[in-house]
Amino acid sequence: MIRGYPENMRKSIENVNKTRAKRLTEIKADLTEAERKEVLDNYHPDYNPKFKRDLRWGPNKGINIPNEVADVIEAYPVVNPDDIDLSQIDYDVGVLIIGAGGAGNSAALWAVKEGVPADKILIVTKLRLGDCNTVMAQGGIQAADRPVDSPLIHYLDVLGGGHFDNKPKLAKALVNDGPKIIQWHKELGIMYDQNPDGSFVENPGGGTSRNRMHCSKDYTGMEIFRTLKDEVINKEIPVLEFSPAVELLTDETGRIVGTILYNIETKQYFVVKAKVTILTTGGFGRLHVAGFPTTNHYGATADGLVIAYRAGAKLRNLESTQFHPTGAAFPEQILGLLITEKVRSLGGQVLGYDGEQICYPLEPRDVEASSFIKCCASTDNYIETPTGMRGIWLDSPLIEELKGKGTIEKNLSAMYRMMQRFDIDITKDPILVYPTLHYQNGGVLHNENCYTSLKGLLAAGEISGGVHGKNRLMGNSLLEVNVFGRRAGITAAKEYKKKGGNPGKLSLDHVRKTIETLDALKMKEKRYSPMILPEYRSEAVRDRLVKLYEDSC
Amino acid sequence: MAKTKSKTKAENQTQMVKIYIMGSMYEVPSSLTIMKAIEYAGFKLTRGSGCRAGFCGACATVYRKEGDFRIYTALACQTQVEEGMYLTQMPFVPANKAKYDIDTLDPIASTILRYYPEVARCLSCNACSRVCPQEIQVMDYVQHCLHGEIDKAAAVSFDCVQCGLCAIRCPAEIPQYHVATLVRRLHGKYNMKPPETLEKRVREIEDGVFEEGFKELMSLPEDKLRHKYYHERDFVDQKKA
Repeated sequence: MIRGYPENMRKSIENVNKTRAKRLTEIKADLTEAERKEVLDNYHPDYNPKFKRDLRWGPNKGINIPNEVADVIEAYPVVNPDDIDLSQIDYDVGVLIIGAGGAGNSAALWAVKEGVPADKILIVTKLRLGDCNTVMAQGGIQAADRPVDSPLIHYLDVLGGGHFDNKPKLAKALVNDGPKIIQWHKELGIMYDQNPDGSFVENPGGGTSRNRMHCSKDYTGMEIFRTLKDEVINKEIPVLEFSPAVELLTDETGRIVGTILYNIETKQYFVVKAKVTILTTGGFGRLHVAGFPTTNHYGATADGLVIAYRAGAKLRNLESTQFHPTGAAFPEQILGLLITEKVRSLGGQVLGYDGEQICYPLEPRDVEASSFIKCCASTDNYIETPTGMRGIWLDSPLIEELKGKGTIEKNLSAMYRMMQRFDIDITKDPILVYPTLHYQNGGVLHNENCYTSLKGLLAAGEISGGVHGKNRLMGNSLLEVNVFGRRAGITAAKEYKKKGGNPGKLSLDHVRKTIETLDALKMKEKRYSPMILPEYRSEAVRDRLVKLYEDSC
Repeated sequence: MAKTKSKTKAENQTQMVKIYIMGSMYEVPSSLTIMKAIEYAGFKLTRGSGCRAGFCGACATVYRKEGDFRIYTALACQTQVEEGMYLTQMPFVPANKAKYDIDTLDPIASTILRYYPEVARCLSCNACSRVCPQEIQVMDYVQHCLHGEIDKAAAVSFDCVQCGLCAIRCPAEIPQYHVATLVRRLHGKYNMKPPETLEKRVREIEDGVFEEGFKELMSLPEDKLRHKYYHERDFVDQKKA
């Protein structure tokens, strides 16, 4: 190892160093519409039929979705409805929020702002308050607040990036609320980076036609989230941790009226009755779609999606998965972790073994990722790691040349720190990257006020579908969780204040129906979901697992 | 120690190291992070695993090494295992977070002392900085707080992932990471005022300035939208080939 890289990779780094001076002023052209289509059709996993299948049951029967997602939807409930006593209600609340990430916390804060007493709200979460993807978002949040920009320009970027398959009203809500969200964040005290003249630091992102990426170094999501969390605690909004929702509850009209929680530490269940339920459970990264590693947090297993579907919620754009172009490909310890797009926002280029540019560095993510896959799959211009992983270079030292020495430590301190832990100095050497599973582009369908197709159920954040069409742009997920979290909170407050309209009799009949439907399908393999947590124990251990009788220990 | 179970093929090919998880010995591949090694050994984590990428502070880990008196700390997801590590993870850190109304505060030292009077007990021992897995100069920002240097305290503490190790180690019993949250919010709200352009844009949106434009864009058929996107967008900020 020489400064973190083995000798054979060092040889390629010499090529990178040689071409750098020339590349300071030279940037590869972006792809035309036809070229984008070519690279997507041939190399993006979404467009490869072997990774997908048609869903066999439910309101969206027939949609073509990733195998791993179909696996958790075509699975039996982990809880037997007959084991649950619904006559004993443990929590009776006005607004139930399932999922304590960016969207859930925004929703809670706005519900309070709109007049719901804090003690009538309950936030429940599978792990800790704040175990979510929001906290890991690095590069920034889009908002069209500069005079040269406008929500209209942002809108067109969003639609083009999403292949014009977005729900227009959702895309409009996303971009139009952007500046208001930044204003709210400033009221809360979020430290967005500012220039000496007081203007915001705003960077470009893949597929954006203006610089509108507001950031807090490369800890943007963490800075936003820890502030929202602080405020949720200040407002004394009740939170139940380590208590994932394992089924929703319906009443005789099919309306959603609460949930069943499962405490993963004490193994008890709890019954929650709610007038309004907001689903903000995030995405499916930990399902490892198409065998990819993921940037996602430990709990991203699509639980909310599964239980909503069982209750009859309609889905949208679930055929589409986001692979982030720049996942770490070396060292092995951090395989698949996010190398923020901000590295390219600040000028980092992407290079092959020969040190030459592979493509324009700021294409929309699906196009950029496909270009990398193409380089590694159909040329020999890739770099191979000692464990046989293929990747390409992300030329971070170029940033120091373009923007001045010290830019990386100041603006990419998380990236600098992470690579330094493995003896790699990204101010001097490039980073090896390969696409990694990043985001669930589609999900539960909702409208601009977050109503789903089911009465009593709202949704916001990564669980939802329609905002981003077939591909989300950088900086639009931090925006989405805040925009639709806020809207869900406001809508929930309205529903909460409505006179009457109380839930009917709690039931799990929709779960029983699910079991009957699955029985009729006669599936070869019997699976159970929601997954709750992914399985990472070694095979040797899993081979020896044994269940003891309940009273024996 | 006698071990009768034969090794798998993968185990034979992989370089293994001995580690001790809460005192019990396990052999794990040397290439793993501490977190993956704990899982490899057979633990299905509920506590001690969050984002798995160094941003959430769930996996604060304390360890010693054989024959070494020092206490080491790490984020389990960001650190490779080493032979002879004696590991334990912090499942939870008890530390009181003060409750306040951010809209009514002043960005000064006495605000911090009102909510966290224990800050004044700082002994300047620097144990907090030494234990920080992010290598933040924790003691420095505590001192900045005492001196009312809100801007400096906010900047120095910025990369905090709130793992809580500082608070556990502190002989003065200060919950540093909660203090830092208050400081950053004070600074972000009162000292870093947003530019006027932001308020102007929010007003424009509320006044419906862009509504006509949206109506037009949203009524365009897809081919017209495509044309606009691929052929009419200008990139005023970015250098393009």
